[in-house]
This record gives sequence, C-alpha cells and structure tokens, in this order.
Amino acid sequence: MSLAATARTPDAGTAAAPALPGGLPIQLVAATKSFGDREVLRELSLDVAPGSFLAVVGRSGGGKSTLMRLVAGLDQPTRGRVAIDGEAVTRRHPDVRLLFQEARLVPWQTVEGNVGIARGPDWRASAGRVLADVGLAGREGDWPSVLSGGQRQRVALARALVGAPRILLLDEPFGALDALTRLEMHKLLERIWLSRGFTTILITHDVAEAVALADRVVVLREGRIALDVDVPLARPRRELADPQAVALQAEILDAV
Amino acid sequence: MTLAAEDTERSDAGRGGRSRAGARRFDPGRLGAALLPWALPIVLVIVWELASRTGLMSARLLPAPSKVAVAFWKALVDGSLVTHTLVSTQRAFIGLAIGGGLGFALGLLNGLSRRAETLLDSTLQMVRNVPHLALIPLVILWFGIDEEAKIFLVAVGVFFPIYINTLHGVRTVDGQLVEMAEVYGLDRRALVTRIILPGALPSILVGLRYALGFMWLTLIVAETISASSGIGYMTMNAREFLQTDVVLLGIIIYALLGKLADSATRLVERRVLAWHPAYQAPKEAGR
Ligand SMILES: Nc1ncnc2c1ncn2[C@@H]1O[C@H](COP(=O)(O)OP(=O)(O)O)[C@@H](O)[C@H]1O
Ligand SMILES: [Mg+2]
Repeated sequence: MSLAATARTPDAGTAAAPALPGGLPIQLVAATKSFGDREVLRELSLDVAPGSFLAVVGRSGGGKSTLMRLVAGLDQPTRGRVAIDGEAVTRRHPDVRLLFQEARLVPWQTVEGNVGIARGPDWRASAGRVLADVGLAGREGDWPSVLSGGQRQRVALARALVGAPRILLLDEPFGALDALTRLEMHKLLERIWLSRGFTTILITHDVAEAVALADRVVVLREGRIALDVDVPLARPRRELADPQAVALQAEILDAV
Repeated sequence: MTLAAEDTERSDAGRGGRSRAGARRFDPGRLGAALLPWALPIVLVIVWELASRTGLMSARLLPAPSKVAVAFWKALVDGSLVTHTLVSTQRAFIGLAIGGGLGFALGLLNGLSRRAETLLDSTLQMVRNVPHLALIPLVILWFGIDEEAKIFLVAVGVFFPIYINTLHGVRTVDGQLVEMAEVYGLDRRALVTRIILPGALPSILVGLRYALGFMWLTLIVAETISASSGIGYMTMNAREFLQTDVVLLGIIIYALLGKLADSATRLVERRVLAWHPAYQAPKEAGR
C-alpha cells in the first residue's frame, strides 16, 4: 500500500461520491507466457505506476490480449511474475475490471441489470449513478438491442465502474466504433479516469488513440517491449495536430 | 438464435419495447389483415356443409358441420365432453410434467457438466432411436390399460424434444458472456440463473413446442388403443356405434387442445423473450 500514497488523487470537484480509493500499481517481472512451444510474451518486465494511464500498442497477434489476461488473473504466466499492489495475481482480483472489444452486454438484462450484473449491495442505486456518469441517465429500463454501438460501450464502461475499481483494463474497446463516436468515448474515458484515478491499461492498434489518451505508450513486438515512451502532453487533451503529438505518433509507428 | 445482427445505429427514444404497447389503434386495414387467415377455413366449411346437404357427400363418411355442432352441443349438455376432455388434459399434462421435467433436468446437467454428458448422452441418444410408440405392447404388459400406461408413454414422448433442446440451448450460450460473467465475479449459481438459463430459454421453448405436439399425438394413440375414458375413448366408442359426427368432434377437440397449448407457449415466449429483438418490433411480432 505504500505506493498508493503517490497515486493520483481524484479531482475533488467532480467526485460527488465518497472519496475514491485511487489506483493500484501493476508489476510484471520477467513474465513469459507460452502456448505449447510458442512464446507469446518473452521475459516481459513492466511497472505501471498507480493511477497512471498506459497504452499498449502492437500488431495483431503480438500478445496484447494475453498480457491483459495475465493482469486480469484469467491466465497465469508460464514463468515470471505478475503482481498487483505487490501481490502475485493468481485469480480474479476484486479491484480489477476488464472492458472487452465487444460490449458483451447480456441481451436479456436491461441496461440497469447489465450494469449491476454482479448484483452487489444497493446495485440499482449504483447503476443509476454510474449510468449518469457515462451520460446514459434515464436509459436504465432499455434493452441492449435498442442501443447504438457507442451506447453499448458506454453501458459496458458503466458496468466496469460499479464498485469503484482501482484498475481498469481496456482491450481495444473502441475498435469497432465509428470515428466520431470513438472521439466521444475518448473524452468520456479521459474525464472518468481523471475524476476517479484508477490505473488504466488501454490496448489499442490505433497509435493516435494511444497518444491522445495515455501518459505512457509501450509498443509490444514479438512478445517484448520494443519502445517505451512518455507522453508529456497537457490534459484534458484535444485531438488536434499538436506537433509534439505528431512526432510521438511517428516514433511509435516506427517501432510497431 | 444469434443475437449479433442488430448492431450500431439502431438507437434512441421511441424504439424502447414498452412505449409500443399503447400504440394499438383501431385500423380497418389491420382488422382485415387479422381476419384474412380465417377466410379459407370459413369457405371450406361452407362448401362442406353444402356438399353434405345436397347429398354430394355421404353423411356416414363425413357428416355436415352442423351435425358435428349438434353432437358437440349434446356431449356438452350431458357432461361427457367436459369429463373426457378433462381426463385427457390431465393425462397429457402429468406426462408432460414428468417427462419434460426429467428432460429439462438432464439437459441442464449434461449441458453444464462434461462428465455427466460423457456418462449419459450416448445412452440417451441410443434410446432416442426407439420410436416411443413402439413401446405400446410392452407398456400394456407392464401397466395394463391403467393411467400409468398413458402417462408413461406421454412422458417418454415429450422427454427427448425437451432434453435435446435444453442441452443444445445450454451448449450454445455465448461463451463471451460466460467469460464476462466470470470476470465480473458471478458465482456458479448466478452464472446459471442469470446467464445460462435465460440464454438457453429460446431453445428450451422450441423444445417445449415440439414436446406439446408429441404429447397430444402420443395421447391420441394411447387412448385410442386402450382406455375407458378420455377423448380417444370417446371417439373409439362412437366408431362402434357409427356415430361419425362424434368421431369428428373428437378430432376437432384434439386439434383445439393442441392449438390452445401451442398458443399458450407462444404467449409465454413473447413474455419471457421480450428482450429478444424478434419480439420487439410489431412487424415481426404479428406473424
Ligand atoms: N489460449 C490460447 N491458446 C493458444 N494460443 C493462444 C491462446 N491465446 C492466444 N494465443 C496466441 O497467442 C498469440 C497472441 O495473441 P493475443 O494476445 O490475442 O494477441 P493480440 O491481442 O495482440 O492480437 C496469438 O498468436 C494467438 O494465436
Ligand atoms: Mg487482442
């Protein structure tokens, strides 16, 4: 817990809910993951600071989702160590949430029922709060099938926010959205991350998206880290052709 | 049963399932459309009546609809119709409850547990190849012509459609949803009740509708062969006295009971599958 002291403190102004716990640090130490004799991740070492926003960029099949599954506790490393807040991850961590590429809403549950899928204490009230947070107040009773693609991902994001997670993992969640909706989702995610301060890992194949959102971008190639750069741009970010951002994008693209 | 097709850009107010219910107004075009499916049966009944009255068709082979109506009225007044119908319906539903309950339980068990499936499924698939009506002589040997015989046959008849469709439904539940549920901390019980069973429900209801068909069919055969009450007995009895009108009446009652059970299932379907896009737009729902 000592590391948590350095965590980003949530903006006092936007948080109506009780004080949020902030993010947890994530650590990979020489983590290797093989499927059969195929090494998908090779002695990967990575420290993610509590409350920071990391983007992982790489070609398809480069092991990004595998990395995510290790952090989420859905899978174990073949060798090496994956730790959250200093403790080895051996199963699902209650403070970690995962957002998939598809919204994965349960079609026979209403929006509210989806957000409160774990049926925690007071789930209706919490669902209402997070739905308002993602701009879907009043849609509690709708079926998922009447929502647009962007709205579905918002519901999925709201579901991830229930119970104040301290780590949010996003596996290409905006890949299937149109450009305008994607920009909207970027703004929404940045705002929520700024106000809640959880540690975020965003997997994406979109270099512009990585530079627009993250504090730090890591390029994963052939199971190793090919590039690791900080993104020292002011927030909230506006996705204009900032020369610094353009230069960073070029550097990252070269490494992919 | 795939739910993937409805995707982006189908959004916003007014498309919510609920707001639509109040939108039903009187509309002569719609009334006409609602009556249209009845046009042909009505014409056929009229032609049939005329053919009987003019002597074109022998009343002994096929009595006029009006004669059947009179037979209906008589049987209703003397109470025999109600008694026989109740007896048949009771047999049918006891058999359905036993066979369907077992089919559902085993389908669920085998769908959830690989081990149970390896142990049971191939045996069940083998038994399935025996036409259950072929068991009638054996069943009569076992139970005589008592109630058990008919209930047993119905139970066997409804077991397989429910078993197979439950198993299939559980098996084909979206794996991504199951993974999501695990990531979001649902325990096994919540996973079954909130994800797996509702996901399998469309398939289970298909099984139920097949089962209802088998249920009446089995009962008709069983009652016709050996019974001392029920619609099947009523018709066989009438046959001996050459009461063709009562025989026809029995056939019509069977048809009505079958139709009633089917409509009830559709109603249940529409209620419990309200989330399903196919049950939301009035255009699709009409058919
Ligand atoms: N469960 C698995 N079994 C076997 N191979 C797998 C499994 N999961 C992933 N892989 C393989 O690992 C490689 C990396 O996959 P993944 O992490 O999904 O890549 P990315 O998300 O970067 O596209 C792929 O070649 C994939 O086929
Ligand atoms: Mg992937």
